[in-house]
Amino acid sequence: MTALLELNGLSKSYPGVKALLPFDLSFRRGEVHALLGENGAGKSTLIKTITGAVTTDSGAIRLDGLELTGHDPAMSLDRGIAAIYQEFSLFPELTVAENVFYGRELRGPGGFLRRRRMEDETANVLRDLGTDISPRAKVANLSVGHQQLVELAKSVSRDAKVLIMDEPTAPLTNKEVEFLYAVVGKLKARGVTIIYISHRLKEIFDLCDRVTVMRDGALISTLEIASTSEAELVTLMVGRPVDQEFPPSTARIGEVVLEAQNLVAPKVNDVSLHVRAGEILGLAGLVGAGRTETARLIFGADTLISGQIRLDGQNVTVRTPRDAIAHGIGLIPEDRKHHGVLLGMSVTFNTVYAALKQVSPGLFANAMAERAAGEKYRDQLRIKTPNLEQLVVNLSGGNQQKVVLAKWLLTGSRVLIFDEPTRGIDVGAKQEIYGLMRELSNAGVAIVMISSEMPELLGMSDRVIVLCEGRVAGELGKADFDQEKVLRLASGLGNEGKTDEHE
Amino acid sequence: MSTNETLLGGNVPAHAKRQKRDLVTVLAQYGIYLALVILILFFASQSDVFLSKDNGLNILRQVSVIGICAVGMTFVMLTGGIDLSVGSVIGVSGMVCATLVSLGFPPIVAVAAAMTFGAFAGLLSGFIINVLNIPPLITTLGLMTAFRGISFMIGGGLPVYGVPDSIKFLGQGYIAGIPVPVILMVLAFIAGHIILTHTVFGRQVYGTGGNEEASRLSGVNVKVLKYKIYLIGGVLAAFAGIVLMARVNSGQPKGGQGYELDIITAVVLGGVSIFGGVGRLTGVIAGVLIMGVLANGMILLNIDEYVQWVVKGGVLLAAVALDQFIHGRGKT
Repeated sequence: MTALLELNGLSKSYPGVKALLPFDLSFRRGEVHALLGENGAGKSTLIKTITGAVTTDSGAIRLDGLELTGHDPAMSLDRGIAAIYQEFSLFPELTVAENVFYGRELRGPGGFLRRRRMEDETANVLRDLGTDISPRAKVANLSVGHQQLVELAKSVSRDAKVLIMDEPTAPLTNKEVEFLYAVVGKLKARGVTIIYISHRLKEIFDLCDRVTVMRDGALISTLEIASTSEAELVTLMVGRPVDQEFPPSTARIGEVVLEAQNLVAPKVNDVSLHVRAGEILGLAGLVGAGRTETARLIFGADTLISGQIRLDGQNVTVRTPRDAIAHGIGLIPEDRKHHGVLLGMSVTFNTVYAALKQVSPGLFANAMAERAAGEKYRDQLRIKTPNLEQLVVNLSGGNQQKVVLAKWLLTGSRVLIFDEPTRGIDVGAKQEIYGLMRELSNAGVAIVMISSEMPELLGMSDRVIVLCEGRVAGELGKADFDQEKVLRLASGLGNEGKTDEHE
Repeated sequence: MSTNETLLGGNVPAHAKRQKRDLVTVLAQYGIYLALVILILFFASQSDVFLSKDNGLNILRQVSVIGICAVGMTFVMLTGGIDLSVGSVIGVSGMVCATLVSLGFPPIVAVAAAMTFGAFAGLLSGFIINVLNIPPLITTLGLMTAFRGISFMIGGGLPVYGVPDSIKFLGQGYIAGIPVPVILMVLAFIAGHIILTHTVFGRQVYGTGGNEEASRLSGVNVKVLKYKIYLIGGVLAAFAGIVLMARVNSGQPKGGQGYELDIITAVVLGGVSIFGGVGRLTGVIAGVLIMGVLANGMILLNIDEYVQWVVKGGVLLAAVALDQFIHGRGKT
């Protein structure tokens, strides 16, 4: 088979991060080629360079031997490169046919739309895919699986030669997945090259011809599916040794402080967990496994459908973040800039913001006390800022994170939930954050830590719970810490090595 | 990858942004006073009577109604909201108060009833925004029309006369040579300023306007906060309505019509961002004075009333454009 899409020497770096190291990769005509890697391995960046959503620093992309220069997603689409992301790019209020022909509507004489013709052609494409969705149906009324088929029909009707599918099965039911497999088979038979991104190893073995494993922005290996195994792929994905130094725990792990029992909400199907005083509980899982959602439920940021939060063995009601804060729970959110800090406000303002009443119990705000609190935590957490009036937007990521932490220390949190605490933070500041987390746990704070960075997760945690599709897939005590085990659980492969609960 | 974008956002523009901000912030904070001074100097050079003490007090008295409302509007706009219904609340409040006293109720009861209506109007806005999830602009646009209708319904479309002296005092009286409405406006500004800068509630107003979700996640009860700020806006508008009624000696069904635009213009001119979170009442008072000076100066110069509308509309757009320039992109 011949190469349809060739990537030569592509690389991409952002300030401070090498997102893609120079590499060569070619995709054959009519193959299903899997891209595999942990969160942050560089898969998304690779896809974006192919579609032209990001410009590369070096290298060339050739489609059918022709070099694509200065292409953007619209141009790629014209040339036959289409991508279906997890978030569909459909217009829910338009019909199926209107979506399929969006931006290249067929017009008759006088400029009027040839609605009938577009509907007929859409129906044909859909029939070829093996489905009988009405071209006149409104997209908003379709199931997720059918919406995905509309996305596919859009690509097919544009004669896409390369189709990129990012986690296509994530939102689908089992039956829909089977149907998708069949559609992929049909497209393949027509010579369409499919780049298939999935965390689910089983799918890759069911569906793909070759697989490329990525890690830390580098292309590790491209293998024929027939000549590899799940075990080999997991090893390749994880690959790196735990090379960071993590501060050792000296905490005496105490009583259970926080318990979450059978939490249910959108994306959280049934999660139970507990964390003890002085313990760091790691929450592992793939993107979409329900980790952030679980954290937000415990913090009262989202509404529970059912389930119970318990503190110190007592049932408590946590309906709002306000309730959670009153119970001594703090959340250091994943999206620091939008949910963690008030960027346009000062360091002091942010520090005292969750504890205003506590700092100023009287009628008036006590500016002196606020300032004193700002100073105390600036010194204690070593927040680097020229002065306390500095707006938080001007601080580095690591210092912003410390400001969020200061806020929760001031409210006297006994349970802290860190959601991706070191995301977007440079290496030195990461170590500081680790140090602070450890100090807190040594002081008896119960910590839940969500992280997609395996070394950090295993390095910091005393115990790890792995979530998969909104459920607890397994629990690992410190003795069983192993990247492959975590990854197997997170990918829904079940747990082969026996683990015992850490008490 | 989101990681890199975050990094990008954190690393690159921070320093550059700071320098640009410093200049722009200084301009944003003090430019308004400069504009006021220039405007005063201009009209003084064009008209002999402009700088007289009487004319000065006249301007102040004329702006007192929108000034009182501007305090409430500042609270609303700092949280990122807007209240278009204030002009109609002024009308209803004046009509309620005038009607009740003309029916023989004691003035205090009439005033209390009018203010109660203002409180009701504010809570209704809060309810629609919080519970029905309708944006403030649309909510208060609807209420503006509905309340104006009520204002006409109260007197069957006719003005109500017969205002007792005790109420007239609120609009026409003097204390130590200063018109009472001006004193009331100044008191409203002082109280508002203290609340915004020296109370926990004030901190939460700024914080919620700066980032509503982060505020909620910091334990602020954002919904209750919104009820409170629309309540403040409604009560102050109702109070302004009583002052206006007392000044013109009658409840006018059309009272306060179109005031909302002058009020919003004054608040935005005063440096309150339409995106919320930024602005001070010390700036707003200058915004209010600019509106008053402009109106008064243009009348002294015999500028056609229709031209005055064009100027006012232009000022509003210029103020918002400036706000967009200063705060529009910095906001995340």
